[in-house]
Amino acid sequence: MLTVKSVHTYYGNIHALKGVSLHVRPGEMVALIGANGAGKSTLVNTICGLIAPRKGSIELEGESIGGLTPEEIVRKGIALVPEGRQVFATLTVEANLQMGGFVNRRNKRQVEEDMEALLERFPILRQRSRQLAGTLSGGEQQMLAISRALMARPRLLVLDEPSMGLAPLIIREIFSIVQELRKEGKTILLIEQNAKAALQIADRGYVLETGKVVLQGEGVMLLEHREVQRAYLGRGAREIWEA
Amino acid sequence: MQKRDWLIFLAVAVFLAIFPFIAARISAISHYIDIMVFAGIFSIVSLGLCMLMGYAGQVSMAQAAFFGIGAYTSGILTSHFHWHPLPAIPIGCLLSAAVAWLVGVPALRLKGHYLAMATLGFGEIVHIVLNQEVEWTGGPSGLVDIPSLKILGVRISSEEAWYYIVWTAALCTLIFCFNVLRSRVGRALRAIHEEETAADAMGVPTARFKLQVFVLSAVLAAIAGSFYTHYVTFLNPGTFDLMWSIRFVLMVMLGGVQSLWGAVLGTVLLTFIGNEWLRVFADFDILVYGAILLLVALFLPDGLVSIFPKGRSASGNV
Repeated sequence: MLTVKSVHTYYGNIHALKGVSLHVRPGEMVALIGANGAGKSTLVNTICGLIAPRKGSIELEGESIGGLTPEEIVRKGIALVPEGRQVFATLTVEANLQMGGFVNRRNKRQVEEDMEALLERFPILRQRSRQLAGTLSGGEQQMLAISRALMARPRLLVLDEPSMGLAPLIIREIFSIVQELRKEGKTILLIEQNAKAALQIADRGYVLETGKVVLQGEGVMLLEHREVQRAYLGRGAREIWEA
Repeated sequence: MQKRDWLIFLAVAVFLAIFPFIAARISAISHYIDIMVFAGIFSIVSLGLCMLMGYAGQVSMAQAAFFGIGAYTSGILTSHFHWHPLPAIPIGCLLSAAVAWLVGVPALRLKGHYLAMATLGFGEIVHIVLNQEVEWTGGPSGLVDIPSLKILGVRISSEEAWYYIVWTAALCTLIFCFNVLRSRVGRALRAIHEEETAADAMGVPTARFKLQVFVLSAVLAAIAGSFYTHYVTFLNPGTFDLMWSIRFVLMVMLGGVQSLWGAVLGTVLLTFIGNEWLRVFADFDILVYGAILLLVALFLPDGLVSIFPKGRSASGNV
């Protein structure tokens, strides 16, 4: 589905991604984990066209999408749930959803139907459909942000740190929504700092460190990997240092 | 427009309709009709600017320049070339739109307030051209011999007739702007204003939309400029300098950046302040404007409309 091949991205002179390669197969949920500054968000922004890669290729179902504008990439079928939710706070919940279907302008009925289906699925959003999105709680906003991305009918859904700034109980709820989407056959790229939660539900995972993929493997196996436990879960730190 | 806006609209329209009758009977305020004509003309400019500032989140410091482009195009075509005033208006609009596009394309590709800087310089250029191209514009001594507006063979000369024409145009502009904001484009504009990155990620062509609003604001300013030309029948570069651009920005800010009603309210108030109540200050009026700007920014960041009870659509949430 998505193939990223040795992508290099720069912020000015800062070399943020140093040859990252990964792939996501159809119907798969892939987790991308890494600490602060590892380059997770840079990779997301590169995939979504918010920053152009300087080298390397990005392909969606065999079609090159590297260097396209964000608008073109959304049209090709990649929808982003941005970091920190970024709902449009002064727009109503309904208007937020309509914004999600922005690229489907030709098909008003489809947008209406999709919205109806999402409101059916998340009754709390229906309850608040006329409220301004800024008045929603963090968890509700995240639900809205995910729904908004689904409105674009994406082939690939990219979630950038959906657990950020949420209470543990809410995180569990959000992750169960993500899991449900996976079961429905959606292809998902999940970017997370919360390595444990992400790897538990993902099919496969990649570990990013200072702009490079340092590890990859099946979700749960990766979780048990010594390096991951050391770096992200803080376990067995002593034995590594003493060795 | 929502129900609440229609009610306000009705009330405002009724008030505007009867205002000349009241004003004409009280000699102390009979010249208010003249001031209201100016207020109506300026409202068209500030409505465009309000869309740009409040919804696309960009500031233009060259609205007086676009106002001037419309005014001088109409003025030159009707005085030098003896055109009928009506066909001259769309020419001014086209010219203004083309110029705005040229300025906006590079400036709006960048995020941040580059448009303000670009337009600051551009406004100055227009002002210099108006002063120097003496053959065409009359230079500092002004452009004369401009005919009054003529519609269907009837020459519009009375203040009352102008008043009704200008305010009809202003209210039509208002309805038009409300409808733009309620459309898909308007929603996208507010989304851009809110979270530009997220709007990008929804597939909104942000740069293009900002450019379109900027061009729209320039066109509205040009229409207003044409009205101004034929009402005053005399043009002088002084009306189209940076100070006037700042005044337009101030009108929008005073009323409330995120409210079309606010733009109209701010324009009417500031026109009265400028043309009537501040005459005693003469050239020092700039100090008063500075003070108003400061007070608004400090105590009423959402403008005068924020004083009124807030309905669902008070801030233009359509």
